Amino acid sequence: MSKERIKIAPEMFDIMPEEYQDLVERATYGNEHRGWKDIGTSKELIEEHSLCAGCPESMAFRYILASLPAPEDTVMVGSTGCTSLVFPHVGVHNIHSLFGNQNAIASGLKRALSVRFPGRVKDVVVLAGDGATVDIGLDMTLQAWFRQEKFTTICFDNELYANTGGQESGLMQKGFVAKMAPVGKTFEKVKLPEIARESGCHYVVNCTVSKPNLVEKVIKNAIHVAREIGPTYLQLYTPCILEIGKNSMEGLQEMRDSEKPTERFAYKEYVSDQAKELLTELAAKEKERKAALKKQLAGQA
Amino acid sequence: MATQSLIGTKNRAGQVVTDAWKLLHEAERTPCFYTGSEVIKEAVRRSNCDVMIAYPITPQSEAAALIGELFAEGFIGDYFRGESEFAVMSQCAGAAFGGARVFTTTAGPGTMRAMENFPMWAGARLPIQMIVTCRGINSPLSIQPDTLEISYLLNTGMLVWHAETAQDFYDWILKGYMVSEEPDVHLPLALCCDGFFVTHTKDVVNLTPADMCLPPYDPYRSPVPCMDMECPPVRMMRDPFVMKSNYISYATHASWQQEVWAAIERSRKHTIRWLDGLIEVDKPDAEIQIVSSGTAVSQGREAQVLLEEDGIDVGIVKIKALRPWPEDEIREATKHAKHIIVPEFNVTGWLAKEIRATIPNPERVYAGPHVCGGMTMPPEVIAADLKKHLGLKAESLAGRGS
Repeated sequence: MSKERIKIAPEMFDIMPEEYQDLVERATYGNEHRGWKDIGTSKELIEEHSLCAGCPESMAFRYILASLPAPEDTVMVGSTGCTSLVFPHVGVHNIHSLFGNQNAIASGLKRALSVRFPGRVKDVVVLAGDGATVDIGLDMTLQAWFRQEKFTTICFDNELYANTGGQESGLMQKGFVAKMAPVGKTFEKVKLPEIARESGCHYVVNCTVSKPNLVEKVIKNAIHVAREIGPTYLQLYTPCILEIGKNSMEGLQEMRDSEKPTERFAYKEYVSDQAKELLTELAAKEKERKAALKKQLAGQA
Repeated sequence: MATQSLIGTKNRAGQVVTDAWKLLHEAERTPCFYTGSEVIKEAVRRSNCDVMIAYPITPQSEAAALIGELFAEGFIGDYFRGESEFAVMSQCAGAAFGGARVFTTTAGPGTMRAMENFPMWAGARLPIQMIVTCRGINSPLSIQPDTLEISYLLNTGMLVWHAETAQDFYDWILKGYMVSEEPDVHLPLALCCDGFFVTHTKDVVNLTPADMCLPPYDPYRSPVPCMDMECPPVRMMRDPFVMKSNYISYATHASWQQEVWAAIERSRKHTIRWLDGLIEVDKPDAEIQIVSSGTAVSQGREAQVLLEEDGIDVGIVKIKALRPWPEDEIREATKHAKHIIVPEFNVTGWLAKEIRATIPNPERVYAGPHVCGGMTMPPEVIAADLKKHLGLKAESLAGRGS
């Protein structure tokens, strides 16, 4: 989509909602260097949300939407769950169809966009909860990876079914007592990052969303690798503060506690050789761009 | 319209994009002796299809694989094998959300496994075409012809047509896109046939030229935005209705469902135009009418001949479209009938129930004969059941206890 498409006819400008005016004037569509630092100075692609106060998922949503390399040509696919309460607020096309079929939807979507727009970049990004990704949708998650579908899968791992009230999920920790796990979960947290690597993902990261710069980096890497090479997977810890008995202001600390080196969300990354090559190339270009910019600024001074 | 401006140009396979009405009504036809599966392939060859997604299940596997050959030859934009019917129908949805003309095939247990997708397709207004080559869905496992699965499709919000012959199949695949892609319809189509009887038998089918194809699908004629980021993304709502329990929320969902069914109603005029009516009637004045759909109609025709030999005058009503349901047409076609016989290839007699709910004096309907699980329906059985119903002596039929 060209940014031209969201422009408003000058005669109609003043009658359009303020929010849309903002989208036209202050959004970062088309800015290839967009990132989390635009938050607060530009129009975000998500403004309000209907999640619980202090929900880390809302932070994750903001960082991810700010970090999409080309939101003007990105279609997101969600699933049923807390994320499906947020997508209606998001300023990129997004699809909700059924619970768990997100990677199947994305497979068909990516292929259709490739047929319809040959030679153009159309990124597809899946964003779903752990129930959708690992339990009800695991088959379709894995099969999309086996087929080397070129899109990114992001799992918001809150280690339970949050939207239905805190039931056991496959990504829940062993021993955790929850609804439908009345004596504690009896089996280990499913090792999806490892399974992703073995299933053909070229870039896999397991981390929390406590650090916006890290989220931006992994989102951009994952989308660039998916665009050029093949499937990528990000498992992001977005704790459900409500269901683990935390207060609204404790989400960030919960993530910091869980990302310590010995904890289950210690930063973990797998990059295939092909992806390494691409990311090295992209990093070199970025370095070059920044150096040129620095030089230019120095010249101006 | 973008699609009309492409008339006369060539598509990705070098076929000439042709006005659909001319292609189907004026272009030269060549008779070919093909199986039903081959006929599906030949129709898809001419349908300017963007994406086909396949999964093996008898009796549609051959057709699904033959369409793969079309992909290899460059007639289809993309093609792959999904991992299950549920996944395939979701993949079809993804492709249709992305603005592609989509084709798929399924059968029996596959239809049932995929079922959650169908109301979603209709609700999302995706004009996907799905061939259903009906087979048994019961346990113990059966692969034999049986039309019970159609009854499950009737309330999904999809258009549902039931082809009798391979010629129907050929024409209706092409016509199906023309109806389901109309902006005031824009709904998926389940184009059903009786597995094996149609898919695995050979018949003479008159084909349109292979170097001509339908105009491409134009996703920007859709009543809902195509998910390709080529039109402005809008925030759909501030509070998603899914989390609300109030009147506005209920009213929104209610009106959305009503709109899907209103779209089925709006498809009526297009379906009548393209299929030359929702039903086909032979001898409307006869006091006995055999009313059916699919290959039960063919057997009814044979029974009609047998009964005429015995001096019993019988008419035939072939139901082509089940959704939209030909309510007025069936009432009109059966208004003189004292007896309405509804032979079906399923155990429950869902078609007879629909007809009973449609016509005045429904006691006129005799629901049967019903054969299922792969049993054939010899015309003698229809004739014998009819005679028994009329209180006439019928010949004894071996193995039927009569």
